[in-house]
Amino acid sequence: METLASTKEAPTNSTAQSVSGSVAVLEALLAEKVDTIFGYPGGAIMPIYDALYDYNEKLRHILVRHEQGAIHAAQGYARASGDVGVVFATSGPGATNLVTGLADAQIDSTPLVCITGQVFAHLLGTDAFQETDVINITTPVTKWNYQVTDATEIPSVLAKAFYIARSGRPGPVLIDITKNAQMQLFDYTGYTPCNHIRSYRPKPIVRKEYIEEAAKLINAAERPFVVFGQGVILGKAEKEFRQFIEKAGIPSAWTIMGMSAIPTDHPLGVGMLGMHGNYGPNLLTNECDVLIAIGMRFDDRVTGRLDKYAKQAKVIHLDIDPAEIDKNVKATVPVWGDCKETLPALTELIEQKVYPQWLQRFRDCREKEEEKVIREELNPSGDVLTMGEVIRVLNELTGGDAIIVTDVGQHQMVACRYAQYNKSKSNITSGGLGTMGYALPAAIGAAYGDPSRTTVAIIGDGGFQMTLQELGTIMQFKPHVKILILNNSFLGMVRQWQQLFHENRYSFVNITSPDFVQVAKGFGISGKSISKREEVRTALKEMLDHPGSFLLEVMTGKENNVFPMVPQGRGVAEIVLTREEV
Amino acid sequence: MSKAEYTITVYTENQIGLLNRIAIIFSRRKINIDSLNTSPSEVDSVHRFTIVINETEEVVRKLCRQIEKQVEVLKAYYNTAEEIVWQELALYKVPTEVIQAEVKVERLLRQYGANAVVIRKDYTVFEVAGHREETDRLIKVLEPYGLIEFVRSGRVAIIKDSEGFHEKLKEFEYREPGEDTIENEFLDQNEKVFTM
Ligand SMILES: Cc1ncc(C[n+]2csc(CCOP(=O)(O)OP(=O)(O)O)c2C)c(N)n1
Repeated sequence: METLASTKEAPTNSTAQSVSGSVAVLEALLAEKVDTIFGYPGGAIMPIYDALYDYNEKLRHILVRHEQGAIHAAQGYARASGDVGVVFATSGPGATNLVTGLADAQIDSTPLVCITGQVFAHLLGTDAFQETDVINITTPVTKWNYQVTDATEIPSVLAKAFYIARSGRPGPVLIDITKNAQMQLFDYTGYTPCNHIRSYRPKPIVRKEYIEEAAKLINAAERPFVVFGQGVILGKAEKEFRQFIEKAGIPSAWTIMGMSAIPTDHPLGVGMLGMHGNYGPNLLTNECDVLIAIGMRFDDRVTGRLDKYAKQAKVIHLDIDPAEIDKNVKATVPVWGDCKETLPALTELIEQKVYPQWLQRFRDCREKEEEKVIREELNPSGDVLTMGEVIRVLNELTGGDAIIVTDVGQHQMVACRYAQYNKSKSNITSGGLGTMGYALPAAIGAAYGDPSRTTVAIIGDGGFQMTLQELGTIMQFKPHVKILILNNSFLGMVRQWQQLFHENRYSFVNITSPDFVQVAKGFGISGKSISKREEVRTALKEMLDHPGSFLLEVMTGKENNVFPMVPQGRGVAEIVLTREEV
Repeated sequence: MSKAEYTITVYTENQIGLLNRIAIIFSRRKINIDSLNTSPSEVDSVHRFTIVINETEEVVRKLCRQIEKQVEVLKAYYNTAEEIVWQELALYKVPTEVIQAEVKVERLLRQYGANAVVIRKDYTVFEVAGHREETDRLIKVLEPYGLIEFVRSGRVAIIKDSEGFHEKLKEFEYREPGEDTIENEFLDQNEKVFTM
């Protein structure tokens, strides 16, 4: 049996004991301080589940209702806790059900270790019952994957898996273990965590000369602008980031993934970037003279048309992943490295500054946006409820301390635009993949990832119907999840596009819903449905005060749109505030 | 930027599935691989890929970064045709009687530097190492004489100014590698500071 070339073998000692591969898997999880597993059993992973029977006290296993639920829950867990999420699934359909979550975690850099059962090694390639080529299916959507056919590899492979998942730019790892390896007894000599793989450089070396060049550019700038992403949160560099912008005095905008790295009411925080982000940050991207991008990857939803993106600016790009530099936007000065290290080095070299006039430009933009969009959204003059006002009242009740998990669509954009966040790791959403059905299971995971906080899942009527089976998980294991369905009776975001760009041709966006309160009741979860403004506050309060999970459905305006908007194919400065301008 | 032929050299761990991981970096972007060769390198346990594509330098640089990002990839380099020495191996199967009968064929084969690998009563197999145009030309030449079968290998290439991988590998084994093991950050060394 060939061992992994780059993995150090565990030291042999005389205390070797004979254990099964399955026990070695669970011992590895304990050694990595895993406390929660999200999973679903099946034929090819039964030996691991059998071993789990004896680990019931040490490892909490949450039985989800669908493997997609398991992996989104693990994602929510990882995002709320800042640690690795762990998933168990069986071979074949169990493993293929993980694919959406792997793709989501890959694009949003979420650390996961997924363990899938596989048919016996001698059956590989025979089209055996529930055999799927999981390694090849998941290769494009994992940071690393590996198939184990011999139990002796398990300790070192799992050590490698955790190391790869959480180090550098984090990401999902999948380990496929054949049933014979799970059952095989071998001499177990203990678990040695991995901290070096010779072919893997989690962090590029920080180059002083580039930090110096970046500082020079920043010190000479007249209208510098910081755009930051999840890298700040993943790098656990919130403090270093704040010190940097506060000394530099630079207005800073977040991507949807970077949101909550600084409190939303930070005086230098000027809002969200992107297609439905705030007016000022989008417009003024094209007026800054130095653009400082930190832990973000210039997604097309952020840049709009690339050839109209910040062409006037010198670009400083800080990122841990060398492949991100120059990928979409050319960097004038690339600053490779972990921002936990590069930011303090940069802070040291920059001058303490303020840019009152430049900051005022953002405030002026904000005022215009308030007047044309925000005021009416948060305090509507009409009768129908807006999603924005629901979020406003939610802010007033939570004070910005809740973890907000959102699904995908209009409600996601509205929640991210208006929700208040005081603490990091408070916004959990499917940013890169835009996976409907993400929120409910992710919220379950978040509730385990940080049980000290209130978790509110904000979901559309469409997305809720994609994974609502996970109400069963809530019923059985009782994590506290506040489910807020913003029901506009449409697949709202798609309807908005059909209205604006397809001449009102509403093609299959009209979606009917069951009685969600009755559905919740069937799962033993209390709920309520409201449609009037005067009910909003008391209903939200009831939801938050309720001991345990609660489902609140709010009927909102059917054809409300999210604005501002950078229409697809246009530049960020072509952001429009109203429907008339589209 | 215009497209040109680039040879990408990748040093990797010997790991099942890695070929797929590397191949999909190209196929995902709908980039055709003109030639691919993979085999053990001069260093124990390290494999070497030689990949030829026709793309702009910018695309090639980005591809190399994506390749290097893979956990089991040690290093990826790219070079233009001028920066490498390269060969492809071609095999030609020709009826033996024709060679015996036609003096011209024998002369042609000698002219192309062909060596006989197998000589049987019914057929003879020749090998030629060279550039694509050369091995192509010999196909044309042999066709009238009843060429039975032809096959060509992927390209193998030596980078002219490379110092091999032995020393570099030692670097990789250190926890704190020297700067040149991560030099791909500077894939574009011509312009030290990038401009838009
Ligand atoms: C799995 C998946 N399928 C389809 C889409 C495309 N899509 C994006 S938003 C959206 C509508 C979502 O509707 P709903 O959940 O009701 O939320 P709303 O936009 O109305 O707030 C759709 C269908 C998607 N993002 N994910």
